[in-house]
Amino acid sequence: MQTISSTAGEVTSRELRQPQSPLVTIKGEPLPLTSSKFVLSDLAFYYGKVQALAGISITIPANHITAIIGPSGCGKSTLLRTLNRMNDLIPKTRIEGQVFLDGDDIYSPNVDVVDVRRRVGMVFQRPNPFPMSIYDNVSYGPRLYGVTKRADLDQIVEFSLQQAALWDEVKDKLTQSGMALSGGQQQRLCIARALAVEPDAILMDEPASALDPIATLKIEELMQTLKSSYTIVIVTHNMQQAARVSEFTAFMMIDQNRAGTLVEFGETAQIFTRPKNRQTEDYVTGRFG
Amino acid sequence: MITQARSTLLFTTPIVKGFIQAKKGRQRRRAINFFWLGITGVVTVLALVPLFWIIGYVAVKGAPAINLAFFTELPQGMGSASGGVLNAIEGTVLLTVLSGLFAIPPGLLAAFYAVYHPNTWLGIALRFGADVLSGVPSIVIGLFGYALVVKPAGHFSALAGSIALAVLMLPIIIRTAEEMIKLVPKNLRAGALALGSPEWRAALQVTLPAAISGIMTGFLLGLARVSGETAPLLFTSLGNDRFEIGRLVQAGFRSGQSFPEILYNIIQQPVDSLPLTLYKYTQQPFPAQIQQAWGVALVLIVLILMFNIAARYWVSRQAAKNRG
Ligand SMILES: Nc1ncnc2c1ncn2[C@@H]1O[C@H](COP(=O)(O)OP(=O)(O)OP(=O)(O)O)[C@@H](O)[C@H]1O
Ligand SMILES: [Mg+2]
Repeated sequence: MQTISSTAGEVTSRELRQPQSPLVTIKGEPLPLTSSKFVLSDLAFYYGKVQALAGISITIPANHITAIIGPSGCGKSTLLRTLNRMNDLIPKTRIEGQVFLDGDDIYSPNVDVVDVRRRVGMVFQRPNPFPMSIYDNVSYGPRLYGVTKRADLDQIVEFSLQQAALWDEVKDKLTQSGMALSGGQQQRLCIARALAVEPDAILMDEPASALDPIATLKIEELMQTLKSSYTIVIVTHNMQQAARVSEFTAFMMIDQNRAGTLVEFGETAQIFTRPKNRQTEDYVTGRFG
Repeated sequence: MITQARSTLLFTTPIVKGFIQAKKGRQRRRAINFFWLGITGVVTVLALVPLFWIIGYVAVKGAPAINLAFFTELPQGMGSASGGVLNAIEGTVLLTVLSGLFAIPPGLLAAFYAVYHPNTWLGIALRFGADVLSGVPSIVIGLFGYALVVKPAGHFSALAGSIALAVLMLPIIIRTAEEMIKLVPKNLRAGALALGSPEWRAALQVTLPAAISGIMTGFLLGLARVSGETAPLLFTSLGNDRFEIGRLVQAGFRSGQSFPEILYNIIQQPVDSLPLTLYKYTQQPFPAQIQQAWGVALVLIVLILMFNIAARYWVSRQAAKNRG
């Protein structure tokens, strides 16, 4: 399966470059620096003149599920898109501060954006299978990165679909159009497609909001099986979902300048049961807008 | 105040009811409905009459000219009733295919650019340019082809003709492709780019297939439009009684030319086309040529009809795809 070269390595030098970030603890123990996947340092983001994010510093632990919650328009999607530079596609936007992925500043000029997007996959709110067969959907990414041998592609497709818990449902119709699947299957196909390029992290922006409860449950179960190998960051409006699936939760809100800020970050259990911040408490208990 | 208003409303309700005399109103409505439906029906028929009249008239007048020789032989000279218009048929096909080849790739590129960068100066200029170009009289575009290709080369040619036709087709292709690309969910392109795909691959492999049926419609409408053009060809491809691709290919092979050389030779010839022939023959005093002109008109109408039917077919395919 190692057809795509891994970008891990030289951890020690990266530790030096990575800035000191707010302390993250797991069950009271500080998280070792090397087990963080993303480190955001004083991040600000602008759509034209409008500031959408301000002063965001956060450390997202590797191989865990982190949920981003907060009221509509507080910048959750914007924050998520800074993690794989998808905001680059929106004209007239500007970013300040730094985003480190495994210790590398992904906004530094010598970084290849294609490499960032290979390492950080994305799943969208509405399933977006390409207008091609299931097989071609999954093999689209590997082909981009130069995998051409049929046997290798076969292997990647099967493995990715298995990881996305879709293989049994589609193994007999790989040549059928991906758009002919049900919504939930389409979303798992999109997850398989993202997994096929062997990313380190997967970003999900309300991945289940267009799905029925059973399809939603399948996606949630899938996330649990994936987290041992991938760092998952999920934006969700569903409090129960955040509480169910995530181990860490970031709560965001807009500040007095209408820019999104991080109010509180911590273990999910703590955020939902013993929030330190009054606004967090109001929000998670539903006493808020 | 509020309670007062509400009570007034309650009080007046039965009186309002009394004004609407349900039965009488219904009859009136029906009469008005019938009247307007009748009018639309008459207008529809009026609009269809010229269409079927033209097609029927051309079919009746043109049918006697249609026989095998009409499609397979070159003209036998003015005044002769035998011979055909093979030169014009082959010329039309050559001009249409060539102009499509010249117009479609840049048209598509322009459409993608206009959709993805709508507010840049180039994006605005592209859309504005396409609008202006679609209003330029075709004879002016013929003149442009003359100045650009014929004059420097020193001779009329299929190449010059198809370049003029390509310019004519370009705005149609840009505008339809632009509309179709806009209909593709933005999410699809984002999905490809999120995998690290370069922009051109996302456009070619993801967005284009999603819009292809609609874009095909634009191509076909563009081809249908230019295959009936006369004016731009008068200054560019001129006309050629002896044009016969088969003979040119044979001659090329005999003198040991390579395939690209033969192709080059073909597109350097002046060529005829169906509308050009129609134009020339109707100016002849010979009844035989007038008869053949009707035949040419019939073939031309059928050809353009076929383009339009194909375009309709692709539209319905795209509609089915968008639903599925
Ligand atoms: N492409 C854009 N151009 C300009 N402003 C934008 C754009 N996308 C988002 N914004 C603005 O940035 C702010 C944050 O938007 P964002 O989509 O990140 O919020 P969100 O928390 O994801 O909201 P929701 O929960 O409704 O999805 C909003 O005020 C929004 O209007
Ligand atoms: Mg959002």
